[in-house]
Amino acid sequence: MNPAGATTGDPGARRPAATDRGPTAAGVPAPRRSRADSPGHAGDLPRSPDRPRPPGPFPAYLAFIRAGFLRHLAYRQATVAATFTNSVFGFLRCYVLLAAASGALGSGTGRGAAAGYSPQQLATFVWASQGMLGVVLLWGSGELAGRIRSGEVAADLLRPVDPVWQYLATDLGRAGHAALTRFVVPMTVGALAFDLYAPRRPGTYPMFVLAVLLATLVCAGCRFLVEACAYWLLDARGPRVAWGLIATGLGGLVFPLWFLPDWLSVGLVVATPMPSIIELPLDVLAERWSVAGQCGALAVQAVWVVLLLAACRLVQRRAERHLVVQGG
Amino acid sequence: MADGALQAYLRIAAAQARGQAQYRLSFLLDVVFSVLTGVLDTVTVVVMFRVTRTLGGFDFPATFLMAALAGLGFSLADLSMGNIEQLGQHVRRGTLDVLLIRPLSALFQLAVLEFAPRRIGRAGQSLVVLALALYLAPVRWTAPRLALLLVTPLAGALLFAAMFVATAAASFWWTEVSEFASSFTYGGRDFTAYPVTVYGPWFRRLFAFGLGFAFVGYYPALALLGRADPLGLPASAGWASPLVGLVAAALAGGLWRLGVRHYRSTGS
Repeated sequence: MNPAGATTGDPGARRPAATDRGPTAAGVPAPRRSRADSPGHAGDLPRSPDRPRPPGPFPAYLAFIRAGFLRHLAYRQATVAATFTNSVFGFLRCYVLLAAASGALGSGTGRGAAAGYSPQQLATFVWASQGMLGVVLLWGSGELAGRIRSGEVAADLLRPVDPVWQYLATDLGRAGHAALTRFVVPMTVGALAFDLYAPRRPGTYPMFVLAVLLATLVCAGCRFLVEACAYWLLDARGPRVAWGLIATGLGGLVFPLWFLPDWLSVGLVVATPMPSIIELPLDVLAERWSVAGQCGALAVQAVWVVLLLAACRLVQRRAERHLVVQGG
Repeated sequence: MADGALQAYLRIAAAQARGQAQYRLSFLLDVVFSVLTGVLDTVTVVVMFRVTRTLGGFDFPATFLMAALAGLGFSLADLSMGNIEQLGQHVRRGTLDVLLIRPLSALFQLAVLEFAPRRIGRAGQSLVVLALALYLAPVRWTAPRLALLLVTPLAGALLFAAMFVATAAASFWWTEVSEFASSFTYGGRDFTAYPVTVYGPWFRRLFAFGLGFAFVGYYPALALLGRADPLGLPASAGWASPLVGLVAAALAGGLWRLGVRHYRSTGS
């Protein structure tokens, strides 16, 4: 396996994914300056009834989401290549897990049908995981680290928009595009080639959508922290490789985490953010638990979103204090 | 000429290693990460056997031996030819022309220049895993089987290296092909970690026989263990791996030469 690096595929896992090196946020219109946010400005003066209320930063974030979406719409070839790789790795992983399931049934090992999954649930797990790889962008593109290294990040910091929210908003736009392309294609291929488990409870579908949204935020937060190492190390390659490795191995991409001993899998789910990215949304989709269990999984994800956002803002503040842009 | 080339290779490889060792911490971290990547691949196979006793009709020692043989072949190929997948970038940037002017073959130069000593970590890890697999596997050793053991990883390395080179050579016509290539190079590695019997019929036909990946670990392991092949091939299939490797290398070399000629003829 390669963390690489899709990495596959994941890369496999850890397999190298297509890196985006195009113009960054070039399509973003200059956000309208929000007077109310800036200290010592017109926000201090009494507001007359004729003067229109200044717009908040919200339209700016919508613009970032839209920009992220449109930008990735242009990378058609990279998207096609990625879905092809995802599909090939989907076949590889699906056959292996199905063999594990049938072997478990045949030899009658204590764990029943492969750690509580039916073969159809395992198939759904694998194909949805390959689809989700693109949506959450597990290994990231290294773009922020590159911008930090070259100093271009100064342009991001000069905008009157919080850099962390900026990054998240753009990533949500990208995830939206990926959900329409990189999720749909592997799921379709998997549904045609294998017998997938279709959720029986109607509530599972909106729960899964919410879980994917939370997973995207968790992954974006983790990637932000990893690439922000470039503020101190100048080269985030080491942290990125380490992240690729642990996200792939301990996130549920190569095997469902419940194959591991209980103390390990539960510990990972509770104490680390990686399972919230791949494992928990997939378990919600495969209806491994009752509704209460699914809500519990969503709650774990939500807690990690909050923790990671707090960590990102802390790191960003520290980084801005530390930052020296070379060459003026 | 061959002696001079080998000496040049060794000298430049040593220089590369010395150069990368200057950034000692970075180099060490790279080695650690490449070892951990190999460990993850091995652990994946082990974890599968936590939930089942057999996989594709084979028990853990047999599967582990297949994965170990294939894994060593892959890491040797990755060590020597792994960076050739960056050929697409060279073509795009035009830095390949410098190599084509010189009197040495471009493939040889790329292999030498892109030598990544950090990947020796993974090769070392694969060697340890193979030793462990041989300890666990019930092999009755004979002289021919010992010879097969020595030959198989090298033949596997040849096949994987040929896959690396062939997919890289496709960059001469289409620079973006590297993104598809990882399906066959790293996908092939994942494919060889499990018995070929776990895969569906047409998928197996493509990867195991069409691309030859069944001969990297599956058939040699069957020959070492003295087991019959559920797919019906004779016992001598385990001995076919060097032949498969050589055929693959010849095909890849031919594709490479075609690619270089095409690149030259389009002018730069």
